[in-house]
Amino acid sequence: MKTFYWLVKREFWEHRGGFLWAPIVTGVVFLVLNVMAIITAEVVGARHGFNIGGNNVQMMIAQANQGDLAQIGTGLDIAMLSSMGLISMVMGIVVLFYCLGALYDDRRDRSILFWKSLPISNTSTVLSKVVSATVLAPVIAVVVGVIIGLVQLVIFALVLSMHHVNAWQLITLSHPFRAIGTLVSNIPLYALWAIPSVGWLMFCSAWTRSKPFLWAVAVPAVLGLLVSWFGIMGLFNLPTVWFWKNIVQRALLSVFPGSNIAYSDSALEDLGDSHDPLSVLSPMHSYTLLASPNLWLGVLAGAVLIAGAIWYRRVRDDS
Amino acid sequence: MNAVVTANGLNKRYKNALALDHVNFRIESGRIVGLIGPNGAGKTTALKAILGLTDFQGELNVLGFDPRTQRDRLMEQVCFIADVAVLPRWLKVREAVDFVANVHPRFNRAKCEAFLARTKLQPEQRVKQMSKGMIVQLHLALVMAIDARLLVLDEPTLGLDILYRKQFYQSLLEDYFDENKTIIVTTHQVEEIEHILTDLMFIRDGKIVLDTDMEAVGERFAEVMVSADQAATARSMKPLDERQVFGKSIFLFDGADRATLESIGEVRRPTVSDLFVATMKGTYA
Repeated sequence: MKTFYWLVKREFWEHRGGFLWAPIVTGVVFLVLNVMAIITAEVVGARHGFNIGGNNVQMMIAQANQGDLAQIGTGLDIAMLSSMGLISMVMGIVVLFYCLGALYDDRRDRSILFWKSLPISNTSTVLSKVVSATVLAPVIAVVVGVIIGLVQLVIFALVLSMHHVNAWQLITLSHPFRAIGTLVSNIPLYALWAIPSVGWLMFCSAWTRSKPFLWAVAVPAVLGLLVSWFGIMGLFNLPTVWFWKNIVQRALLSVFPGSNIAYSDSALEDLGDSHDPLSVLSPMHSYTLLASPNLWLGVLAGAVLIAGAIWYRRVRDDS
Repeated sequence: MNAVVTANGLNKRYKNALALDHVNFRIESGRIVGLIGPNGAGKTTALKAILGLTDFQGELNVLGFDPRTQRDRLMEQVCFIADVAVLPRWLKVREAVDFVANVHPRFNRAKCEAFLARTKLQPEQRVKQMSKGMIVQLHLALVMAIDARLLVLDEPTLGLDILYRKQFYQSLLEDYFDENKTIIVTTHQVEEIEHILTDLMFIRDGKIVLDTDMEAVGERFAEVMVSADQAATARSMKPLDERQVFGKSIFLFDGADRATLESIGEVRRPTVSDLFVATMKGTYA
């Protein structure tokens, strides 16, 4: 267990830039852009003599009914989660390239010979990398996303209070704790959902002699094209759309957080109904995925691919 | 004495070349073995087989383990330095020590830090900021702090200047080696390790062509410097090799009679490099 902890720590040391700094920088850039937008609005507003917020907003809140208040709260929730959306995108890219390099880079620079001189099994090595991709990266991203989101909320509150709006009253309309809980609750689901992609990418990383990215993308893409081609010619009755959606996308894009939402038939409709982003991400909702065979078949396929990666980690002998 | 490594019919074939051709050897505990051969002779393949880094046919026993199947346990007792510059470039000195200290059960942190204190390495320094010599110092500090029974060195000083090379072997001898440890080393800089070796193995085209200890080298091989008038006599005794220096001929003999040799010229012990050159004649032809 201690060895495993240090293996994960080693991954963090090596990929501090991607795992830690990428989400932080993304979040800070996001905040800066927001502040710039607010300042622009203030300046333009002052020049043209109209006032954002002010007594009007105060009066509006005072007169708002329950439904309107819920809408305001939802708006603040969206504001808080929007940074998380961007950070998730960046994290998905980081994890994708991390997996592709995880079992390839040290073969290329021959440092694998140093790691293999230590009494560490190939299984622990590969699994520590899987855990880094599916647990460590999203945990860091969520922590950073939550902090950035809260800062974002405070900035809004400060700006509004300069316009004599009771900011605290506004903030109580939002649901920061529920938002945090929702994000945290999605981490285990993300880990399960991402396993087939992580498995495929790491398999390529362990197996290829060069250019892991090309192999990882080309193999499913060419297969997909072949399936489509046969489909167009009507030779075999292969389910083209099914293949692209359930094989190609699952192998490559499931490392992107939230990519599972597209596979839930009701999710987008619900979003339309409630205008509440938290409800789509809420465990009540997102965990219905646990009932879907797609998730578990993916986990199974991922496990097989990871076993293959462990095997190739042992026998690939090119350094 | 107990054997550290025993190989029986070790065989390894790459796509179009035979890297190891039914090799048999035995390495005893407490020895420093030089495994020496031309480029592509199979040295690295042999070491990789011992370290469980490659598959092979035949029987191989390292410290009682089969490197193919029991590698994880074997590596607690075995260390290796593959060659310079295999430490990952992003690694800091502090991280390297922390990591090895926490994953290796036989690592002595205080010892490692004492070795590092003798160098210019700083805890926050990354491998990519180091010279080749410093990387080897770090690697050696890590390895010497591990109480392993077998240390495998594959060209450990390639590309280092002479100061680092001397220091490398000196540290190994003074601060590391004892009768419970065994070192296998391959290198092309034969002259530098000649005096520290206890055993010598020559490998050529996947075969062990010489396997002897250093004392026996002196008894078995002799180099004789003869003047021109005695050259024909010397030649008739089937020397391994002949070369000319300042009008005299130097002959290298394997197992020739001492007294006869002394009657025709000045006898001395051949250096390992002369022996090597003579044995490997025609390798690249």
